[in-house]
Amino acid sequence: MELELRGITKRFGSLVANDGIDLTVREGEIHALLGENGAGKSTLMNVLYGLHAPDEGEVLVDGEPVRFSSPGDAMAAGIGMVHQHFMLVPGFTATENIVLGSELTRGGGLLDRRRARARVLETSERFGLAVPPDALVSDLAVGVQQRVEILKALLREAKVLVLDEPTAVLTPAETDDLMRVMRELADSGTSIVFITHKLREVRAVADRITVIRRGRVVGSAEPTASQEELAALMVGRDVRLVVDKAPAEPGPPVLEVAGVRVTDPAGALLLDDVSLTVRAGEVLAVAGVDGNGQSELTRCVVGLQPVDAGSVRVSGEDLTGLSVRQVLQRGVGYVPEDRLHDGLVGSFSIAENLVLDLVDTPAYSVGPSVDRAAVARNAAERVAEFDIRTSSAQAAVSTLSGGNQQKVVLAREMSRPLKLLVVAQPTRGVDVGSQEFVHQRIVAERDRGAAVLLVSTELDEVRALADRIVVMYRGRIAGEVGPDADSEQLGLLMAGARPQEGTA
Amino acid sequence: MSAAEQRARPEAVVVHEVLEQPVGLRKRVVTGSLLVLTGAVTVLGWGLGSGRGDATFAFGGDTAVRVPDLTVPGTLTPVVLGALVVVLGLFQLVRGFRARRGPLLVGVAVAAFIVSFLCWAMSGGDAASIDVVRLLRQTLFLATPLILGALAGVLGERSGVVNVAIEGQLLTGAFTAALVGSLAGSLGAGVVGGVLSGALVGWLLAVFAIRYRVNQVILGVVLNAAALGFTGWAYKALMQSDTERFNAPGQLQAVPIPVLSEIPVLGPLLFEANVVVYVMYALIVALQVVLFRTRWGLRTRAVGEHPKAAATLGVPVLRIRYVNVVVAGGIAGLGGAFLSVGTIGPFTENMSAGKGFIALAAVIFGRWTPKGAVAASLLFGFFAALQTLVGVLPYGSAVPSSFLSALPYLATLFAVAGFVGRVRPPAASGEPYPA
Repeated sequence: MELELRGITKRFGSLVANDGIDLTVREGEIHALLGENGAGKSTLMNVLYGLHAPDEGEVLVDGEPVRFSSPGDAMAAGIGMVHQHFMLVPGFTATENIVLGSELTRGGGLLDRRRARARVLETSERFGLAVPPDALVSDLAVGVQQRVEILKALLREAKVLVLDEPTAVLTPAETDDLMRVMRELADSGTSIVFITHKLREVRAVADRITVIRRGRVVGSAEPTASQEELAALMVGRDVRLVVDKAPAEPGPPVLEVAGVRVTDPAGALLLDDVSLTVRAGEVLAVAGVDGNGQSELTRCVVGLQPVDAGSVRVSGEDLTGLSVRQVLQRGVGYVPEDRLHDGLVGSFSIAENLVLDLVDTPAYSVGPSVDRAAVARNAAERVAEFDIRTSSAQAAVSTLSGGNQQKVVLAREMSRPLKLLVVAQPTRGVDVGSQEFVHQRIVAERDRGAAVLLVSTELDEVRALADRIVVMYRGRIAGEVGPDADSEQLGLLMAGARPQEGTA
Repeated sequence: MSAAEQRARPEAVVVHEVLEQPVGLRKRVVTGSLLVLTGAVTVLGWGLGSGRGDATFAFGGDTAVRVPDLTVPGTLTPVVLGALVVVLGLFQLVRGFRARRGPLLVGVAVAAFIVSFLCWAMSGGDAASIDVVRLLRQTLFLATPLILGALAGVLGERSGVVNVAIEGQLLTGAFTAALVGSLAGSLGAGVVGGVLSGALVGWLLAVFAIRYRVNQVILGVVLNAAALGFTGWAYKALMQSDTERFNAPGQLQAVPIPVLSEIPVLGPLLFEANVVVYVMYALIVALQVVLFRTRWGLRTRAVGEHPKAAATLGVPVLRIRYVNVVVAGGIAGLGGAFLSVGTIGPFTENMSAGKGFIALAAVIFGRWTPKGAVAASLLFGFFAALQTLVGVLPYGSAVPSSFLSALPYLATLFAVAGFVGRVRPPAASGEPYPA
């Protein structure tokens, strides 16, 4: 079936998330919707899926206008959606998740589990999407959870499948597998809308590409276009995709993590005997699929997570068991992965967020009260230095874009002399333009002589910044490789394969 | 095994390795020490502190076949049982039981402690005895409103709405059952009225929690206060003005079920009750089946765990919540009807007396399942029954009865704190939707 969106406009208050968007998806094609975070891709798809009502414009299926007021309507019309954040009930089995909403019953409303299971197996076999039907979803690997999500749509005979940033949580191997599935589905007549901001994937799998920027369609491209061309279209200006950096000149060890072990309250091992060293003047990147212990590692280093065993030392001093504040005072900077949750107070102003950890130092206080003039002076300097795009330093930090929020965090952490900088997912939700800047600042910090521990799930970022790379898998260090390791090598380690001889 | 399954095997299943460890060291030491302590108290307090008499456990009831009385030595029994608990505790300290044996362990210790305590309480005089069937009948009687209230709580929370208003629903149900029963001159009408009035309070809860997104805990407290105020006022202004007309509904009589009520012990215990209790039996089974085996139940649980996931599959989240909360209110209203027309008959001011909150504790203690909530309610009911019974025993009067009645809640506190396995509420419980 052919799907057409015509002149879709969606406003949230004064924000225009979609501005007259036209989009046509033909039968059996993979249509990539490329755009930065916040460009309006997800809003557009939520309109299509009946989660948001458009303010203007219409949706046409095979030339006929349709109105979806709920996801149920969209599903009935043959549209299926795999959300970026999976819509799965963790405590349900794969089968229960798949049949929810269109359950098979035996009369009296009793669930017919046997037939449901058979249908799930049959569908999963037909499309080559293997899932264990009786396993709890919370026990499944992320890639398999995604298959469950896709099966939910396929079981409902979806003719158009919308995949919203589907590769964000996958290993390279799982990504390849997903692309194979997408290709097979398209060949069998299913249309696919592939929402992403990853240029490489678009070029690998898409038949056509539509680029969205600030809520508008800014152009379309063929998959043969170069990454630079696509990036320029997406950002609106030329972008440099490589980071300039000189070879590292490692000094003495700064961060020494030895035999750290962490278990969660249920007894699952989160970190299993993790040891690593980061020297002054080098970037050690920790790669791996999300949820393999990287977050816990950074939290252990800064003292947010108590360790069951092992030690964390910075410049020879044992920091294990110290409070976060004590750790930070010893020259550790921390850029957390979820900035609005851990890094900033959203309703506080930019100026206040810039001195969150420093307000009680003599520089920003007069007796027990805050020295507002000093705070404002500092804010003016940092906003200029870090190119934070805002109308006023008094604006609430939550009004900034993701990239500018990240710059506030970086500016604050780097306003103290650092021995060690711990950075987690520095460019998650950060626009391509700001990414460059964030990367440059991290390299500059390294060149100044700080040790940098970088955690990232983006392989391009890891390779661009790292002097050494370790890969984490299920709470363990799966192996260490150099910065020029290829995707395949990293992918194997990320999937838990044993490192081969001589890879370091 | 199909081909798809086979392909699924290698990479697909189970990412998180949960270590089958025999409980963490600290927890082991804590539970082990507690067991040893319990055992020691049993041996030293109930055993060695006992009098010379024997303890007799009778199994009464008017059945044709009777179970003979069981008479045990009043001193030796607590000593043996206590020693057993000490041994279990030592094993836990030294080696450690598996984590999932925890509830069983606690159960054994609690049972040994209680039996020993009863032996001790009886040992002070000659020929003291406890009628076990009477004790358990009393337990069921006291637990009935708790069970119905807790079922209401389970149903609401499984769909994502916390029902703190159980207390108010019990009270309203009790009031309405007495009033309608008196006016209509029919106990059946009274019971139906109780159910409907509970459902009405449930509907108020639903409207404010779901449509107006009021904080559900505060809302529940407010509804309870309103129910207390309204029934108290109506009791004084209306019922006391003409008791004969407005507050003399009579009582539901016990209806022995033929054949079943002749089973020794079980018959008098379970099958000589009034109709509310029989409806309760049906409700327990029905709720367990509905929640875990039907389409409605699957959707209810999905809505309580991850409403957005359910909504994206076309499940009407709000409608499911409305229906569950209103039905739950009706069930609690039935519990209220039991309080008035199911027991003494007339309504008295604040006659629910906090039972709704105890039911709420039973929901948590029972881990948000009908089965569990029933078990927890029975436990609470048992301690309440014990309290009235022990007072008349030779040594029993020495024990402050309020202390006994506080015990199960202390146990709840520990249970909720995670000592008896992990307790996790439905993930979206208390969260308005859309978020």
